[in-house]
Amino acid sequence: MRIVVAMSGGVDSSVAAALLAEQGHDVIGVSMQLYDQGQTTASGQKAFGTCCTIDDLYDARRVAATIGIPHYIVNFESQFGEHVVANFVREYVSGRTPIPCSHCNSELKFAELLDRARAYDADRLATGHYARIEQDETGRYHLYRGADQTKDQTYFLFSLTQQQLARAAFPVGHLDKETVRAHAHRLKLRVASKPDSQEICFVPDGDYAAFVERQAPEALRGGTVVDGDGRVLGTHGGVHRFTIGQRKGLGLSSSEPLYVLAIKPDQAQVVVGAKDALGRASLTASTVNWVSGTAPSQWLPITAQIRHRHAAAPARVRSNDEGRVELEFDTPQTAVTPGQAVVFYRGDEVLGGGWID
Amino acid sequence: MRIYLDHNATTPIDPLAADRMTAAMREVWGNASSVHHFGQQAKAALDEARGSVAALLGADASEIVFTAGGTEADNLAIRGAAEALEPGGRRHLIASAIEHEAVLNTMKALTRRGWRVTLVPVDATGIVSPDRLREAITEDTALVSVMHANNEIGTIQPIAELAAIAHEHGALFHTDAVQSAGKLALDVRALGVDMASIAGHKFYGPKGTGALWLKRGVRLVSPSSGGKQERNRRAGTENVPALVGLGVAADVARRKLSAEGERLGALRDRLEAGVLATVSGSERNGAASPRVPNTTNLSVERVESESLLIGLDLAGIAVSSGSACSSGTLEPSHVLKAMGLSHGRTLGSIRFSLGASNTEAEIDRVIEVLPPLVEKLRSLTTVGGRK
Repeated sequence: MRIVVAMSGGVDSSVAAALLAEQGHDVIGVSMQLYDQGQTTASGQKAFGTCCTIDDLYDARRVAATIGIPHYIVNFESQFGEHVVANFVREYVSGRTPIPCSHCNSELKFAELLDRARAYDADRLATGHYARIEQDETGRYHLYRGADQTKDQTYFLFSLTQQQLARAAFPVGHLDKETVRAHAHRLKLRVASKPDSQEICFVPDGDYAAFVERQAPEALRGGTVVDGDGRVLGTHGGVHRFTIGQRKGLGLSSSEPLYVLAIKPDQAQVVVGAKDALGRASLTASTVNWVSGTAPSQWLPITAQIRHRHAAAPARVRSNDEGRVELEFDTPQTAVTPGQAVVFYRGDEVLGGGWID
Repeated sequence: MRIYLDHNATTPIDPLAADRMTAAMREVWGNASSVHHFGQQAKAALDEARGSVAALLGADASEIVFTAGGTEADNLAIRGAAEALEPGGRRHLIASAIEHEAVLNTMKALTRRGWRVTLVPVDATGIVSPDRLREAITEDTALVSVMHANNEIGTIQPIAELAAIAHEHGALFHTDAVQSAGKLALDVRALGVDMASIAGHKFYGPKGTGALWLKRGVRLVSPSSGGKQERNRRAGTENVPALVGLGVAADVARRKLSAEGERLGALRDRLEAGVLATVSGSERNGAASPRVPNTTNLSVERVESESLLIGLDLAGIAVSSGSACSSGTLEPSHVLKAMGLSHGRTLGSIRFSLGASNTEAEIDRVIEVLPPLVEKLRSLTTVGGRK
């Protein structure tokens, strides 16, 4: 089978490509160039981050050469800017906390890149994600958490459709990280000991606020920090600098630790309070995708994960009108954050997910 | 079976050149500057190669400066002439907008030393009009550099006319002949230029070899310093085996020139006509004539060349487009931009450059593969539902 592998230059996608090649598939490596690494801002700072840099593309190329597969670099700068970076900036400016990786998966990798793969007569697009796909007897595809629960990436894949899953492959999804690295060593891939990527690839130094300010100077709109009763406790330089549950960098002195409870972009207001006020028993979400099931009109018991490093909590979910759900947790969860995803699981299976309002 | 249609990027080594280089690497290892037997042997090999390169250009062997390629020859010509002419007070350089980066970036570098640079535009067919040069040139102009044949679209520039204009204003004229050497019968004196650059690997010689033809009497200050090799023009011990290969390639090219030009011209025309007839929304970029016989540049509507290149490569057909940036992705061609082509047409351009190995059957294979690939790329809609 001809399979295109999205190669980032990291160990997971490198091993994914190598294993497929070893199984005898006709493997084509493709790396996406997502932004102009050389681009600097007016003040001479690097405009973009350092992951997926030329060095990573070079690593991918070297791995492809080691495996003996063709490798191409495709320029997705404009698509990435339009669908991922612009959305990321817009979300922060409107007081939400976005997840660019999900958009990159659903709108670049499993959209544009998948299209390219089809044009090149490939049957599948494979990535190095820790997730598993299974097809049931009725032909429907099901998405499951990666076997390595500590590396599971299904939280970022909830928006994949049946059509996308039909053409996706996750060759390392059934492995744990240690085994993946062992394969990399066995296959003498130069990235075998490369550290895992961290943070968001296009933001240099992980400084999201500075990145947003460079891309959207209008974000620098000062406002007030208030308590639950609306009393002004301090001022701030822009709502994009805050996320729900944030404690550090509030610039307040208080006898008890204060956390961001809510962000009101219209009033440029950040609401803070004590930790126990952070808990929320319910949420609503929109742009919901039901991966393999149908939208439940009655309350459906599930577990719900509300950020990448969150242990899915028991809850029930019910579909409202088009593409929206309401969800109630059995016990309140801290830091339900608008802009993050809520993903519904039954055991290891991803039933669906949506974006927290 | 792979089909190679990227000869303007590079060519495979001529088998005879490879044999002679291999032998020279083992046997002619002396330093050409040495007095003894071994040095004389090396010097003799260099002299022979120099004669062959001179013959290819219609020049005298004493006017050939060997370099490590076309880029170095361009650097030597432009930097060397600029430095030699600086005391005269002139501070202006002219190039065409469609030059290779070796010329454009060398001139750009000189702007940091107080030189002004004017890029002369080309018309929509990719040809530099002598009138545009007349408008740009002043008594401050020290050097004009216009390529003989363009690497991307193959158009041949009216060098003799342009050189005459430069000379009327007391300026030197350099031509980057990297894409015409070995493809066209060259006579540097008839062209009326003062300097011409060539690169061995564009005509089946080894990479890392090239030469600058320097008309007798033209002064250069070498940008590199060291020993007195190449009449003080290019310091450093000569790479004798590689230059032996360059010489052989020059001989072979000169002998085959007219017959091969005719053969490639016919194949190129067959390819061009075939693609234009079978791929809807395809157009030729640049003038049909005058053009080097091996090159055609075509734009395909509503398809990005990057996708086409990869698709063709997977089908065993090697072509190119634009120029590769540092990571290996493609950037829109500055040549097509300078011709005033629309952004879409620039993004959808592919270059076919033919050479010795190509056959009619290969050309027909390309005409068979390309139309369905284009249709497939055009028909894509995103699975995720966008577009």
